[in-house]
Formats: sequence, structure tokens, C-alpha cells
Amino acid sequence: MYVRQLQVSDFRSWVQADVAFEPGVSVLVGQNGQGKTNLVEALGYVATLGSHRVATDAPLVRHGAEHAVVRAAVVNDGRELLVELEITPGRANRARVNRGPVPRPREVLGILRTVLFAPEDLALVRGDPGERRRCLDELLVSRAPRYAGVRADYERVLKQRGALLKTAGAARRAGGKGDIRTLDVWDGHLARHGAELLAGRLDLVADLAPHVTRAYADVAPESRPAVIGYRSSLGDALPEGVGRPDGPRADLAALEAALLEELGRVRSQEVDRGVCLVGPHRDELELALGELPAKGYASHGESWSFALALRLGAYELLRADGSEPVLVLDDVFAELDRRRRQQLAKVASAAEQVLVTAAVGEDVPDELAGARYEVRDGEVRRAS
Amino acid sequence: MYEGPVQDLIDELGRLPGVGPKSAQRIAFHLLAAEPADIARLQDALQRVKEGVVFCEVCGNVSEETQCRICRDARRDSTVVCVVEEPKDVVAVERTREFKGRYHVLGGALDPLSGVGPDQLRIRQLLARLGAADGGAEISEIIIATDPNTEGEATATYLVRMLRDFPGLTVTRLASGLPMGGDLEFADELTLGRALSGRRAM
Repeated sequence: MYVRQLQVSDFRSWVQADVAFEPGVSVLVGQNGQGKTNLVEALGYVATLGSHRVATDAPLVRHGAEHAVVRAAVVNDGRELLVELEITPGRANRARVNRGPVPRPREVLGILRTVLFAPEDLALVRGDPGERRRCLDELLVSRAPRYAGVRADYERVLKQRGALLKTAGAARRAGGKGDIRTLDVWDGHLARHGAELLAGRLDLVADLAPHVTRAYADVAPESRPAVIGYRSSLGDALPEGVGRPDGPRADLAALEAALLEELGRVRSQEVDRGVCLVGPHRDELELALGELPAKGYASHGESWSFALALRLGAYELLRADGSEPVLVLDDVFAELDRRRRQQLAKVASAAEQVLVTAAVGEDVPDELAGARYEVRDGEVRRAS
Repeated sequence: MYEGPVQDLIDELGRLPGVGPKSAQRIAFHLLAAEPADIARLQDALQRVKEGVVFCEVCGNVSEETQCRICRDARRDSTVVCVVEEPKDVVAVERTREFKGRYHVLGGALDPLSGVGPDQLRIRQLLARLGAADGGAEISEIIIATDPNTEGEATATYLVRMLRDFPGLTVTRLASGLPMGGDLEFADELTLGRALSGRRAM
């Protein structure tokens, strides 16, 4: 697939922008602060309904404007779809596809798929487990949009159950009994939605792992092999082998039963501490180089390579699923050494469409010549 | 910003659910231009809603007397009780003209985030209704018609657990599935998935 046109208004620093793209390589060149990243961020929003830079929508709307609009024409297998999103902070976004309104913005997921690699991705290796869970969940939704609903349901139940535990915990600490009559009900719902999310993630990691290992070996052949694995808060209660490439696929019923049992086991702890201790929100995507965990042991260069391998692995996985995503490389060439640049350029130049942003054109390897756009003074101009 | 009373009215209206600042402004200016008699009627209606409305002692629905119209109606089948979250859900089910039984209004759904537990809902009263002979006939079926969202589903599950010990009582849940007159292709995957798992033989 490729993006034929991107229009934004009142998005971040942009009052208006209208850029026509072609398949192949497009490079957006401009000084820092001119709004290159804002443009690819807008595209990412169309693909994921979220920003790779901020968790809330408020910063996405230009200061002083009421709402931002992003419009993208996406061509997939020769068919063009026009997606429009109106982003209003504090309210539900509105979405239209081919000028017709859709009941939920969620329904635009899957029309555009992107894999974005940005300087923020270093946090995938060095940051909190939450960063890695988010990365997994976004890829999961990208592969099967129905997981957006699974994730939302799970988070809602988690919040409600958390509130119940907190109130009960506080009552117990004050000497009372704490009302946990409804906890069984919430346990059941948490286990059901949690099992769905967990099964999705386990199968995803099993599919993704070989691609990441291969991508890492290409980017950093001298380093130890990169391995990813899923560590569940279920611990040993997790059925043997699931989540590994050679293991069995996840069994929903077995996971639900295991979650329910584990919730029963830690119940008194949970009530005492007032927090949910079991479930996919406590899980971790483990990254290792050889025998050692990447976090804390990997060098700066290795961390960058790992982050890059995770994104390239995701790109290869989506490609293997049958639909080629748009590859977005936001300001990353300046961060990589020569060999990593070349390796990235090799993968990128074979992509159906790749959008690159860079402060200076010289940072971009020659393999990625392609179309060039200058971003300056609130305008995007085609340079070559 | 407008001056004095007009802005006060806009602020008050804006606090109502479903009314945004633009609508509040529109309603305020509509009222400003309205006949004094219309205003008096509105004023009267507002006054009466707070003073005159009580909740039915049996089902918890809004009522003018100690028992609501439906609970007083001897023609209705008192062996079947439909459990809903809010009085507006009673109206929704009544509009179908399919249901001839009685209702029980819970007054909400389990919602720990807002501090709503079983004691804040009229669950105890429901159990009491089941225990006592209601209107001369035993209740034989409870239809749970809470909203099909996280809170409504949790409430339904909780009710099922509370009700399963009553001998001879059938507990059912409203079917969830496809809207009539719709196209299959436009159904979202959750609704379609539910409709598939709740399919029936023909």
C-alpha cells in the first residue's frame, strides 16, 4: 500500500499542509522545528489512532484551534480509500471513509498500516515494560484491528476491578472488612478479556521472534544473537511452550482458566495491596542478547540496533501477512552508524513506499535518493 | 460572555447531559423569546419533577403514587420480571409492546470507579420480591436486560450468581446481536461475533 496524499489542518504546528506522495522513497528535508515529524505523526495517527510521541490528543491540535483534521488518501492493491479524522481533545474523534461517516473511529484501523521507526524507539530497549507492551499491542491491532476492542474492554475491566480492590484495601487497612462480594464477577471478566489479549500477544511474539532475530543479525552481524520472548505474570501457570516460534498456538480456554486460578491464588495479596497483580498489564516482552537481558547490558549501539530490529521485524511480519505497510523513518539516520544506515537503506529501498525525514539531506544514504520535499516556513515544496 | 441572568441560564443549561455550550446558548435565547405562559409551564414541570415524583416501592421505577402504573396493572403477568438499569430502559422495553410482565429497576450498574456496589443498587429489593409472593403469583422467570457494556455485563453476571439458588427460577439474558434492517457487512466484529455465538436453529 502507499499514501497518495496527506492533508492536515490545525495539526501541531501546521495551519494547512497538502502533500502528494508517490510509491517509492520520499524524503522530507528541513531544519529542526519546521514540522517534518508532525507530518509523519499525522500519518501514524491515521494508522493507529494514536501518536508515537504523546499519550493524549491535546498537543496534536494547533494552539488556539478547536480541532485538528487529518486526511489521507491510501492506495491498496490499486484501490484508493480516503480516510478523514477530526481530532477534538477531550471528546470522541470523528472519522469518515470516502466522505461517508463511520460509527466508530476504530473502523478506520487497518486501512493504512505503517511501521514507524523514530528516535523515541530507544525507549523500547531501555524504557519501562509499558513501552514494550504498547509496541506489541499496536502491532497486534495493526495485524487484526479487532484487538483494538479487546484492548479497550480489558482496560475498562482492569480499571473497574482496580477501583474495587483499592476501596476494599483501604477499608481493610482502616480495620474494616472491605466489600469484595463482586470481586468474583470482575475476576471472571478480567480473565475472559485478559485471556484474549494474552493469546493475541503470545501468538504475535511467536510469529515475530524469528523476524526480529534475523533483522538484528543483518543490522549487527558482529553482535550476539537477539532473542525476544514473552514473560507472563502467570509464570509457570502458562501452558508450556506457547509464545515461542516452535511452540503450540495459544489456547483461549486454557489461558482463561489459568488466569482465573492465578487470580484466586493472589487474591488476599491483591486486596491487601489494593492493586491488580495478575494479567497482561503486568507482562513483559523480554529482549535478550545471547544470554543477557538487553536492558542494562546492551551498549548504546546494540540498543539502537535492537530497537531497529524490532521495527524491521514488525515490518517483515506485516509483509509476510500479505499487505505491505508504509515504512516511516523519522529522523533516525543521524542516530545510526554507517553500517546500520546501509542495512536500513537496503530494507527501505525495497519497500513499496518509504517516508523519510531528515534535518540535512546528507544524512540520508544514496540508496534512498527518491523524491525530495523541502519543509520550510509552514510549507512543503517538492524539490526533485 | 453575556451579562447577568442570560449567562447564568446558559451556564445552568450547559451542565445538563447532552447539552454543549452552543446548544445551551440556543436554548437560552429561545427561552428569552418565549411567551410567559410557556415559561410558566416549564417552570411548573421542573418544580413538579422534584416534588411530585416518587419511586415505585415495588419496582423502583419513577411513579406518581407509591406503586407505579405497571405494578398496579392487574392484567400484567407478574411471573415474569425484566431487570433493567434505569427508568428510561423501562420505556425502551415498553415501546416494543412485546413484554407483558413486570419490571425491576436497579438504579444503575456495578461501577466501582463511581463507588457503586451491590448495596447502591436495588438488588436486595429484587431478592425480597422473589422471596415474597408477588401479587399473588410466584416469579418464574427473571430477564436480565442490563446494558451490554462492561458494567452492565458485570452486573448481569453478579445477578446470575445471586439468583441461581432460587429453586424453579429461570434466569435469562437479552440476546445481543445484529440490528434489524441492517447489513451484515456493516456490523462491527464484536456484535457479529456475539450474534454468531448466540445463533439459533431454524
